[in-house]
Amino acid sequence: MSKLGIIIKREYLRRVTKKSFLVVTILMPFLMAALVFVPLWLATIKSDEVKTVAVIDATGKYSSLFEDTESFRFINSDKSLEGYRNGDNKEVYAFLNITDDLLLNPKAATLYSEKQIPGELSRLVNQTIGRKLEDEKLASFNIPNLKEIIADSKISFNVQTIKWSADGKEGASSAALASIIGMIFTLIVYMFIMAYGSMVMQGVMEEKTNRIVEVMISSVRPFELMMGKIIGIAFVGLTQIFLWGIMTSALLTVGGLMFGGGMDMSAMQQPNMAAMQPGMNMAGMEKMGELMGIINSINFMELGIFFILYFIGGYLLYASVFAAIGSSVDQQEDTNQFMAPIMIFMIFALYAGIYSMDNPDGPLAFWCSMIPFTSPVVMMIRLPFDVPMWELLLSVGLLFATALSITWLSAKIYRVGILMYGKKPSIKEMIKWLKY
Amino acid sequence: MYFVETEDVVKQFSGHLALNKVSIQVPKGRIFGLLGPNGAGKTTLIRIINRITAPDSGKVWINGNESQPEDVYRIGYMPEERGLYKKMKVGEQAIYLAQLKGLSYAEAKKRLKIWFEKFEIMSWWNRKLEELSKGMQQKVQFIITVIHDPELLIFDEPFSGFDPVNADRLKQEILELKYLGKTIIFSTHNMASVEEICDEIALIDRSQVVLSGEVNEIRNRYKSNTFNVVLRSLGNGFNFTSANYSVLNTKAHADVMDIRIHKEMEITNSSLLTELAASYEILSFSEELPSMNDIFINTVSGTNATQI
Repeated sequence: MSKLGIIIKREYLRRVTKKSFLVVTILMPFLMAALVFVPLWLATIKSDEVKTVAVIDATGKYSSLFEDTESFRFINSDKSLEGYRNGDNKEVYAFLNITDDLLLNPKAATLYSEKQIPGELSRLVNQTIGRKLEDEKLASFNIPNLKEIIADSKISFNVQTIKWSADGKEGASSAALASIIGMIFTLIVYMFIMAYGSMVMQGVMEEKTNRIVEVMISSVRPFELMMGKIIGIAFVGLTQIFLWGIMTSALLTVGGLMFGGGMDMSAMQQPNMAAMQPGMNMAGMEKMGELMGIINSINFMELGIFFILYFIGGYLLYASVFAAIGSSVDQQEDTNQFMAPIMIFMIFALYAGIYSMDNPDGPLAFWCSMIPFTSPVVMMIRLPFDVPMWELLLSVGLLFATALSITWLSAKIYRVGILMYGKKPSIKEMIKWLKY
Repeated sequence: MYFVETEDVVKQFSGHLALNKVSIQVPKGRIFGLLGPNGAGKTTLIRIINRITAPDSGKVWINGNESQPEDVYRIGYMPEERGLYKKMKVGEQAIYLAQLKGLSYAEAKKRLKIWFEKFEIMSWWNRKLEELSKGMQQKVQFIITVIHDPELLIFDEPFSGFDPVNADRLKQEILELKYLGKTIIFSTHNMASVEEICDEIALIDRSQVVLSGEVNEIRNRYKSNTFNVVLRSLGNGFNFTSANYSVLNTKAHADVMDIRIHKEMEITNSSLLTELAASYEILSFSEELPSMNDIFINTVSGTNATQI
């Protein structure tokens, strides 16, 4: 085995056999799934406490409309509001004071409470009174069956979006779904570059502070040592992505079955609707088919290949810079000064990605997906929206060309840096090292 | 036959000349001491021989051929700043480093077992390095340096950080390597060890070789005609008045006296002895050779004086 191979093997095995790697790799998909499902589940839990709402209705028209719900119990009250305000009213949570006919005077109803009034309660009151007022208003027109006519004329309209593929076939597309998928990939690329890039830096610093580096480079070239580490850690990252990919799809399948045959997918798309109308079985089935079509319209093969390409290119670019930084400093604290510009690049890339979501073919998205320092993150969000092939190839080409030149420069800094102890070098000195 | 030879090696760092036309010759099978004050350029020269850094100009010859990348397999290097992977198991780590020196996995394991037995650290094979005492870590470091059976061994300040017991152990190992025919270069500040084990030295000061040669020859070159003599009085007491020598110090106990004398005139040692023998019984007579320590200090401060 070549020396580079030996180094890659060690860097790889050392990390994947660590307990922490196994724990994170196994737990992370559960955490991610939990991140999606726990808020959904929590939202379904109602508090046991039933709150009492006193309705003080001066008109007498509205108080009978309120029906008790799981959370609220409505009582009619003949006491005046002032009486409650000053008196002992611990058992009453809120007061609805209606002073006048609401059709004539819409501001005559007020909710009072000593606590912050939950949105749920005001929504309930609005709905109840609103429905009544609507009926009253309709009745005032004196047209028979008006209510039915109006119900009949309510049309729900949604334009269908169809994307023509190269061979002229039609397929349904969904910008929302594409955005979600793009966002997930963007976040993964961002997280991986940061996590594994700093892992490279830690590794380089470990070798330097342990003073083993001089023993190492008496047998291998510094370039081999650096590349061995970068490549070895890249394989750790790819292993993790691969395992997560398998586990996430398994979990989603299981989770999907448990949550009623893919209902969670449509919930993702239209969370409010799905939550409000759980009983729309027929429509749900129809939606499912549509959704499958939309999912199929996304070219996962292409997405996967470019994801790996961008991950490798972006990682190589940043990891080699991280390696150069790690080689130049003696202490963890000294890295901050050099990390700051890199963090700015990465965070800029992430924001550019998020803003590109609304306009994936706009100038911001285009340029940021060409600049090598931002393209791995930004291009991910554009990928599900079918980026022209020439743009993809140009972007990947630029990324790899830059990554290789940066690696070459970093190697020069690295080779000098790992043997320098003592004071923290300035950027100027590091540039000088390039010429050694 | 020289095993290592450098020829006018020059190395320039930004604004600082680390080595200025340094030429040394290290004979095969001998122990070569590389001496010099801090910052003189010893470590830079060692790194150049090790191919860690390249010289700006000048050449390095290994066993008669110009140094090539494969030569690193023939060199065992123990740097001054020693270190290993703290979190890695000792045996695994030793195998890894031996593999990087060109040994196969099986061969590395076989050889390491022999060395670990010899140094009585076999029971630590599966322990993490950080669990070992400093002395044991040093043993592991030494094993890793010699594991690939290199023809040339380079030790940079080998005795720093060793306790006296382990330092002596290391010295014995170095001498043993010499008997096995290995060539050894070591840089040190410890002049006592130079006298004890070095055959030849080169003294580097301010980026240049200022003194080199065989240790005994150098000490003879720097001898100052000083003698240690132990005399017994023949009954007439002691009376040292002579044009040929002067007395530097004396130490008397009963009728025996230790004296240090300096030979003033160009006379042979025999005539000096004859003169002394006329008045005293001579119990011992020896010429005092300067210590390497004195030579080091004289040479280094001498060059400093000329440069200032």
